Amino acid sequence: MISAIKELRIAGGIREFGRYGQLLYQALRSSTEFSTYRKNLFHEFVKVGYESIPIIFLVGIFTGAVMTLQTAYQLDTDIYPSTIIGSIVVQSLIIELAAVISALVLAGKVGARMSTELGTMRVSEQIDALEAMGFNSVSFLVVPRIAAGILMFPILYITAAVFGILGGITAGAVDGILPVAEFMEGGRAFFFESDIIFGIIKSFVFGFVITSIACYKGYYAFGGAEGVGNATTRATVLSCIFVLLADFILAALLL
Amino acid sequence: MIEIKNLTKSFGDLLVWRDVSLTIQDGETTAIIGRSGCGKSVLLKHLNALMYPDEGQILIDGKSVFDLSYTELRKVRQRFGILFQGGALFDSISTFENVAFPLRYFTDQSEEEISHNVNEALTMVNLKDSGSKSTAELSGGMRKRVGLARAIILKPDYLLYDEPTSGLDPRTSGEINELIVNLANTMDITSVVITHDMHSVLSISDKVAFLDEQKLSWFGKTDDMKHSDNKNLMDFITASEYQINKQTA
Repeated sequence: MISAIKELRIAGGIREFGRYGQLLYQALRSSTEFSTYRKNLFHEFVKVGYESIPIIFLVGIFTGAVMTLQTAYQLDTDIYPSTIIGSIVVQSLIIELAAVISALVLAGKVGARMSTELGTMRVSEQIDALEAMGFNSVSFLVVPRIAAGILMFPILYITAAVFGILGGITAGAVDGILPVAEFMEGGRAFFFESDIIFGIIKSFVFGFVITSIACYKGYYAFGGAEGVGNATTRATVLSCIFVLLADFILAALLL
Repeated sequence: MIEIKNLTKSFGDLLVWRDVSLTIQDGETTAIIGRSGCGKSVLLKHLNALMYPDEGQILIDGKSVFDLSYTELRKVRQRFGILFQGGALFDSISTFENVAFPLRYFTDQSEEEISHNVNEALTMVNLKDSGSKSTAELSGGMRKRVGLARAIILKPDYLLYDEPTSGLDPRTSGEINELIVNLANTMDITSVVITHDMHSVLSISDKVAFLDEQKLSWFGKTDDMKHSDNKNLMDFITASEYQINKQTA
């Protein structure tokens, strides 16, 4: 009995992965129909990019500030120079935290919005209406959302990193544990341009993972309001899991 | 002309209907009736390949819709207008923009032409001054009429109606029925109407297809329906008349 349930789950997982791949293939093929999704693309740039700046600002500031205070607390000895705090905070933000924490927050904000929007459109027959009119609904709805995720997440990552460093500098100075000059000196000492490129690659991948999963779950939602709720929950949970998985794989491959 | 040939559809182990065949002639209005859950809407969604059957074919002017490439299919779909049960209006844009939507993407019309055509369509469905309203401000009947205006804006050859009068009061239902008849006459449209409202069937349709017991149980002229020897069809009509009498009593 248990093995039968396991088999069913595995079969269901494979089928779902196949449908996800099929949707991505359709999206890739229809990405040439620029005139169909041009208007929606700019709309999504605003929704994904511009409207996420306030939350990314908060995430960046507080992550940097807390990171500085905790690093100072952990290294509160005479063995290390205080500039090491700046080095650790800046590099951690650029390599890991700015990209991952932003992605996890955006999985909730951007991913949940996308899956809810598409799910509602599916259950209220709006997607059927688009197809019935002769539209390519994947090109119209899915392509601009994934494209906006891929293009906007790196910008949001850079925003989070910049505000994270500012948050770290401010917390160090206000708390009196690290003058601005020492923080900057430490930050510059271990600053490598390749780390930023690594962060941008990560955020690019996270943007794709979050938006594609959200679109997939929303596009194939069924079962009324409850179905849309389930689709959104699954999209958010799966996005978070795959962001962490992608983070690990990228670290193993690129560092 | 729409020819449905030996269509069979099931969802997993659940058979919806088997071996359905019927022909819908140009200019005619055909009502597809049957009990709730008998697969009327499923059949409607096969006509423009929004759904695919397990077996069988649908020919539009001799061409099988299920054998078309996606690009060809999209062109065929533009020959259809469809009114969905809940209207399926895009809730992020206004009533005017909903109706203008196909014109903006499928024609090169100027803003003035679009405005003129949209207002003309809204006037046809008696919603002349509702263009600026958001879809949330519309009542159930108004949503259906806006959906209808959007469905006819590209002057389709075929118009599909999915339960056009369900959930509406008798007066609004009557108005929608009148609209369906007017559109069929003035625009020379071939219409397929899914309904279980017998009052609607009698006032709008030339022919009736009755789905029952997972098959096409009866198909013929509306006038011949009452003299049919199909017991289930007669039961269906009697039950509907009883409902109508109960409502009007």
